Amino acid sequence: MPAYNTIAFRPELCNGCGDCMRSCASVKTGSADPANSRIQIAADDGSYALALCRQCADPKCVASCPAAALDKHGDDGVIAWDGSKCVNCLLCTVGCAYGGIVYNAAERHVVKCDTCDGDPACVKVCDTGALRYITTARIYNEVGDLEDLFAPGLSGCQGCNTELVMRHTLRRIGPDTVLATPPGCIPGMGAVGYNGLTGTKVPVFHPLLTNTASMLTGIKRQYRRLGREVNAVALAGDGGAADVGFQSLSGAAERGEQILFICVDNEGYMNTGMQRSSCTPFGAWTSTTPVGERGRGKTQDAKNLPVLMMMHNCEYVATASTGFMEDLYAKLDRAIDASKRGFAYLHIYSPCTTGWRFPSQDNMEVARKAVESNFVLLWEFAPGEGLRLSRDPGRPVAITEYLRVLGKFRHLADEDVRHIQGTVNRNLRFIEGLAGGQHPAMASLAADRADQAGTQR
Amino acid sequence: MPVPNRYVIVGASHAGLEALRAIRMQDAEGSLAMITRDDALPYSPTVLPYVVSGRSAPERVALKDEAWFAEQKAQLLRGRTVTAVEATANQLRLDDGSLIGYERLLLATGAAPQLPPIPGLRGVKFHVLRRLDDAIGLHAALPSVKQAVVLGAGLIGMHAAENLAKAGVQVTLVELQPRVLAGYFDADAAAIIESAFSDRGVRLLLGRRAAGVAADGAGIRLQLDDGSELTAGLLLVATGVAPAMECIADSGIATDRGILVDERMQTSVGNVWAAGDVAQARDFYGTDAGARIINGILPDAVEQGRIAGQAMAGDPALRPYPGGVPLNTYTFFGQQAVSVGRQDIGETVLREADRARYLKIVMQQDQLTGIFGINAPFDPGIMWELILRRIDLGPLRAAFLADPQTVARRIMSRSWR
Ligand SMILES: Cc1cc2nc3c(=O)[nH]c(=O)nc-3n(C[C@H](O)[C@H](O)[C@H](O)COP(=O)(O)OP(=O)(O)OC[C@H]3O[C@@H](n4cnc5c(N)ncnc54)[C@H](O)[C@@H]3O)c2cc1C
Repeated sequence: MPAYNTIAFRPELCNGCGDCMRSCASVKTGSADPANSRIQIAADDGSYALALCRQCADPKCVASCPAAALDKHGDDGVIAWDGSKCVNCLLCTVGCAYGGIVYNAAERHVVKCDTCDGDPACVKVCDTGALRYITTARIYNEVGDLEDLFAPGLSGCQGCNTELVMRHTLRRIGPDTVLATPPGCIPGMGAVGYNGLTGTKVPVFHPLLTNTASMLTGIKRQYRRLGREVNAVALAGDGGAADVGFQSLSGAAERGEQILFICVDNEGYMNTGMQRSSCTPFGAWTSTTPVGERGRGKTQDAKNLPVLMMMHNCEYVATASTGFMEDLYAKLDRAIDASKRGFAYLHIYSPCTTGWRFPSQDNMEVARKAVESNFVLLWEFAPGEGLRLSRDPGRPVAITEYLRVLGKFRHLADEDVRHIQGTVNRNLRFIEGLAGGQHPAMASLAADRADQAGTQR
Repeated sequence: MPVPNRYVIVGASHAGLEALRAIRMQDAEGSLAMITRDDALPYSPTVLPYVVSGRSAPERVALKDEAWFAEQKAQLLRGRTVTAVEATANQLRLDDGSLIGYERLLLATGAAPQLPPIPGLRGVKFHVLRRLDDAIGLHAALPSVKQAVVLGAGLIGMHAAENLAKAGVQVTLVELQPRVLAGYFDADAAAIIESAFSDRGVRLLLGRRAAGVAADGAGIRLQLDDGSELTAGLLLVATGVAPAMECIADSGIATDRGILVDERMQTSVGNVWAAGDVAQARDFYGTDAGARIINGILPDAVEQGRIAGQAMAGDPALRPYPGGVPLNTYTFFGQQAVSVGRQDIGETVLREADRARYLKIVMQQDQLTGIFGINAPFDPGIMWELILRRIDLGPLRAAFLADPQTVARRIMSRSWR
């Protein structure tokens, strides 16, 4: 069964303006009377309630139709109504508990949402973001049948985000891969293997923290010499990338080695007992930045590793989050492609249930909030294109919404929160500046581009 | 004896098809055969009045086609009647003498017209409406018919009467009860429906019993209990239905008025289930947990079919049958009547009726027990959920009574999350 796109509603963002209903009614009936809208929003005690067809996977309206007038289409998943077969018995309305198929007195038959052929008119006019058309189903349809190249039964913590990152990325990169997993959670959960067996279905090795990028360099070059095209991929933690592994990483990036280096950033050395790394943010509790009579968590801000990597003139650098999978997959594809020409660096934020101290079922929510509060910024860089923000950082959720879910920030005083907010603001201004071409590096890049265009002519 | 099928379903209508789907969600491969006595592809009895009137072409009413059955890896045996369930041998005997073995059996044989004890009935030509052939026969008879008598003002009789009238036939409807659709609506609501029929020239003889019938040329002559007489070219008997369970007569499967089932649609025989119009199942409103009713409506056939399929395939997500709630949507001459729940339990807390619109809400201790409307908008599917979930409407009572549709949507909107 394929996955389908869907219209999602977030009542907390709705202001009850009614534009969606007028837009729907206009498109469907030519008159803007909200009564004719296929989507109905009703005020509900300070919030909003939604009546709309969910295009159910197992639709009861279809099962309750005696005239074969309703049918769930296999290609787009829309439940379509066939007026030439409908006998107006209304039994479909008995089958629906969502108010999604309703008799319309003006049109004299039942009406329902058909998602406007994949371009819903209601979503287009929703300025608050309360209505969104979710198209992530595409990912499942595209990659759902690809082989998971990690063995089942890896022993990650419950709700581990990193395991998701590993499985998603490697199945997309594919089997022609040599994988390096330097010390960290990834080999720690068994990916590198036990007793002579690997935890992957591709060749995998366990370099030192210090030499991951150098060893991959050698392997990639040797394969090239043999005339074999392989993906040389590192799945490293932030410790292995930003701290002790940095010199080999920096060297390989500077030399433009054809490597895809993925840093799975869980903001510390989580598998060895949750010590701080240079990517641990200000204020965070770790076992080496304890909270007690004197300690108040980490006293320095995190190193901005992806920005550092960008300054190496890599083929491609991007930040991504499992809270935004479409974006992650788009960047992964570009990174794989770029690694055929030069160094590609992908920095994926990976909330850690154990080390950050939050309930394991909240991982996606934490990943999402990190981005929505601008604590984490999603962007990508390619030479010739410069830096581009991947989503509008306007109207962020309050930073406290993010911080308060995490045990590692529970002790923060107001002044600490202000410090973090200041860092977030500064990072945002910096990245926005780069995106706007205001930073000297970007400005000279723009000049280079003009030069190149000139010499080519 | 050939290899028995993992699953056999007798009946290819709503209950059977939904069971098939539920089985396939859980078990994509297990051998499955569905048997129907009809030659046609699966269809719904509910669509038949529209086949009679000509609005629905018989070849366009199929609920599923052969390609669908192939996709489901299911075998559809058409035009074969099960004559006996031999439960101890786990096999079915068909009308052609062949045997079909099963590991798990679903009886979804529905109902068949029940003929009233009217003297002379067996000696005259009359119609019933349950199978596609009945509808095709009625449709073919229409051009030569000027007058028709319909016995019974239940859903089948009402639908048929309307569609006959629309086809230009002069219809007389005879009903024992003092009002139409007595099972679903009270006298005020019925009056709105009745006047729509009278306005279109349908003659309603309510509170009248047919005392005898005789042939009259090509048609019939009907005596009523008040001594009056009717003649007509066509007689349609729609006085009720009874579960179709001749085939289990000697099977040992426990029956009352229908096949008795538990909350997982299982019969008294462990590997046999029953669902739909043939099943007698838990009553949602029953004070006695053992009370069993036949709730002969399409949405409940779907519900029961799904539960039976889940039980047969061992689906751990099965939620036991909460009990039958009478409900129906009834469209007549372009107007909408909707009835969800029972009128006779609890107290009427709202009642608005005029000639064109009607709304009645019945509650018991702040829980909805029934809502009934004519040309009054509300979502029957949501109301059904409010009843089944026994939602406490206390805090929202006034708002609910003022605007049941919107407030019920609000309540459901909260409850999904
Ligand atoms: C004219 C009419 C109008 C209706 N209108 C409405 C309405 O408006 N709303 C509503 O809710 N309900 C309505 N109903 C009732 C609704 O159609 C039934 O509740 C529903 O069809 C029950 O489904 P089922 O699967 O239980 O049985 P059925 O639909 O009766 O199907 C029974 C199946 O079993 C097969 N079968 C039976 N015996 C055997 C045998 N011995 N061997 C092999 N196969 C066998 C039949 O061929 C058929 O495939 C109406 C019914 C009729 C006749």
